[in-house]
Amino acid sequence: MSLSLTASLARAPQAALRVLAKPALGALIVLVVFSACFAFTTDTFLAPGNLSIIIQQSVITGTLAIGETIIILTAGIDLANGAVAVLGTIVAGRLVNDGYDPTLSLLLMLALCTAEGYVAGSLIARLRLPAFIVTLGLLGILTAATRLISQGGAFPVTDELLGWTGNAFRVGNAAVTYGMVIMFALYIAVWYILTQTAWGRHVYAIGNNPEAARLVGIPVERRLVSVYVFASFLYGVGAWIALGRIPNADPNSMQTTSLDSITAVVLGGTSLFGGRGPLFGTLIGALIVGVLRNGLTLEGIDPLWQDLVTGILVIAAVAADELSRRRGQ
Amino acid sequence: MSEYATPALPTKGQTVLEAHGIVKRYGHVTALDGAELELHAGEVLAVIGDNGAGKSQLIKVLCGAVIPDEGQVLLNGEPVHFRSPIEARLLGIETVFQDLAVAPALDISTNLFLGRELRRRGLLGKVFRMLDKPRMRQEAQRYMDELKFRLPSITAAVESLSGGQRQGVAVARAAAFARRLVIMDEPTAALGVREGGQVLNLIRAVRDRGLAVILISHNMPNVFELADRIQIMRLGRRLTVVTPQEHTMSEVVAMMTGALTPEEAARARAMGGGR
Repeated sequence: MSLSLTASLARAPQAALRVLAKPALGALIVLVVFSACFAFTTDTFLAPGNLSIIIQQSVITGTLAIGETIIILTAGIDLANGAVAVLGTIVAGRLVNDGYDPTLSLLLMLALCTAEGYVAGSLIARLRLPAFIVTLGLLGILTAATRLISQGGAFPVTDELLGWTGNAFRVGNAAVTYGMVIMFALYIAVWYILTQTAWGRHVYAIGNNPEAARLVGIPVERRLVSVYVFASFLYGVGAWIALGRIPNADPNSMQTTSLDSITAVVLGGTSLFGGRGPLFGTLIGALIVGVLRNGLTLEGIDPLWQDLVTGILVIAAVAADELSRRRGQ
Repeated sequence: MSEYATPALPTKGQTVLEAHGIVKRYGHVTALDGAELELHAGEVLAVIGDNGAGKSQLIKVLCGAVIPDEGQVLLNGEPVHFRSPIEARLLGIETVFQDLAVAPALDISTNLFLGRELRRRGLLGKVFRMLDKPRMRQEAQRYMDELKFRLPSITAAVESLSGGQRQGVAVARAAAFARRLVIMDEPTAALGVREGGQVLNLIRAVRDRGLAVILISHNMPNVFELADRIQIMRLGRRLTVVTPQEHTMSEVVAMMTGALTPEEAARARAMGGGR
C-alpha cells in the first residue's frame, strides 16, 4: 500500500467526523439516503399523496419539537410538551362541546398552554430547579388533570374552527393541510427569531455559558422564563394542529410525543448540552422518523424496526455531537 | 464600536475614579478598613496585596458587586452609589473576570456585541427586531484592527481560538464598551506565558486609547511590565502607591507581606541608592 493512500485512508474518518460535526448536514444526508432507498425499492414512496401523508404524520411532533428545540438550546429539556398539548385539546374540546364560543375556546386553549410554560419557566429559572425534574413533575400533574377533566375517556370534537387545521387544499396531486402550512410557517418564523434577533442570540448564549451571559448583562432569568412561555405557546398551536389531524380529544393520546420531539431535536443535531444546534435540523429529524415509519410500512417490514433504527440514529447523533464538542475544547 | 467608545473618553491624566474611606464589614471581620484609591485616565494602576488584604473587596465595590458600609466613590468627581454591576456598567465601568466570560459556540463578532446587539435601521430593526450582522462584523473587525489584535476571522467561533485569543475577546469587549475605565481581575491567571503576553499587549493598547485600567494580578512580572503605578493593599487599607521605576519587585513583595514598611523601603533607597 502506498504511503499517500495510507495517509488518505487515515484521514477518511476525520473527514466523516467533520461532516457529522456540521449538525444539520449529517441529518440531511441520513434523510436523503433513507428516502433514496425507499424510492428505489417501492413504487409508491415518492407519490405526492404518500409524501403528503408522511408530512401529515410528522406534523404534531414537528410542531412540538420547535418549542423543544428552543428549550434544549438553553440546556433545558421538556418532558411535558405532549401532556401540555393533550390538556389543550381536552380543555378546548370540553368547552366547545359544552356550548362555548369556538374562538374563545381556541384562545383559552392557547392561553392555558402558555400559562403552563410560565409556571415551568418560573420554577426552572427563578427557583433554579432542574428542568428535567420540573417537567417530569408537570407531566404527572398534567396527565392526571387531563384524565380528571375528561373523566377518563376520549370524546369527539367536531367543531369546524378547532378542526380547521386538518382541512386541505391541493397542490398537484398532493393534499396540503393548513396544519402543515402552520408548521412550516412556524419553522421559518422561529428560525428568524433564533438567528436574526437579539433574543435568539441570547438563547444560544445562555445555553452556551450562562455565567458569561449574566456577566454581559443579559437578564438570564427573564429570558429563560420567556423561552418556556414561548415554547408552551407553540405547544398550544400543536394542540390545535392535533385536533385537525384527529377530531378527537383523547387523554391517552400523545404519550410518546415528548420523547419523539426530543428524538427529532437530537437527530437534527442540537446539542443536549445547550447552546448549539440549527432549528431546521429539528424539522429534518422529525421527517427522518416519519420517512422511516412510512417507508418500512410500504416495504412490508414490521414498523417496530423503525423504533430500533431510530434508537441507533439517536445514539449516533449524540455521539457525533459529543465528539465535535470535545474537539472544540 | 468606536462610535460608543470615542466621544466620551476622558483626557489623559485626568482623575477618573476616586474612592475615599471605604469600609466593608462582614460580621466581626473587617474586609475594608478605610481603603483609598485614585485612578487617572490613560494609566494602568495595579492593585496588589496578599490574600485577605482587601484588593478583591475594593474592586468589587468599584464595579458594583459589593455595596460598602461607609465611604465614598467619585466618578469624574461626582459621587456615585452602585447597587449592581449593571449600574456601574451603565456609567462606563467594565470588568473582565479571570474565567473566560465568552460564549464558545458563538462567533467573535457576536460575542463582542453580546447583550448590546445592534439592530438594523428603519422598519426591519424597529418592527422585526432584525440584527445588523454586517455592521456588527465590520465594527468588530475595525476595532480589533485598531487594537492590533490578530484573529483568524471575525466570524470564527470563539471555541476555535486559543486561550489567549479567547481572553483577548473578553478584554476587547470590555474595552470597547467602557467609556471610563476597565477593571481586569487576574486576566492572565488562566493563561500560559505566551498567551498572557498577547493579552498584556492588548491591555496596553486599551490604555493607549486613553482608558483607565485597574489591574489585579498575583503575577509580579506582569504587574511590573504593565503598570504605571502600583497600589499595595494591606489589612484592608492602601499601604502605599509606588512605581515600577522606583522600587524593585522584592521590595514590593516585602511591603505586601509586611516584612518592610514603606518608610523603611524609602530609607533603604536613600542609603543604598535603590536598585
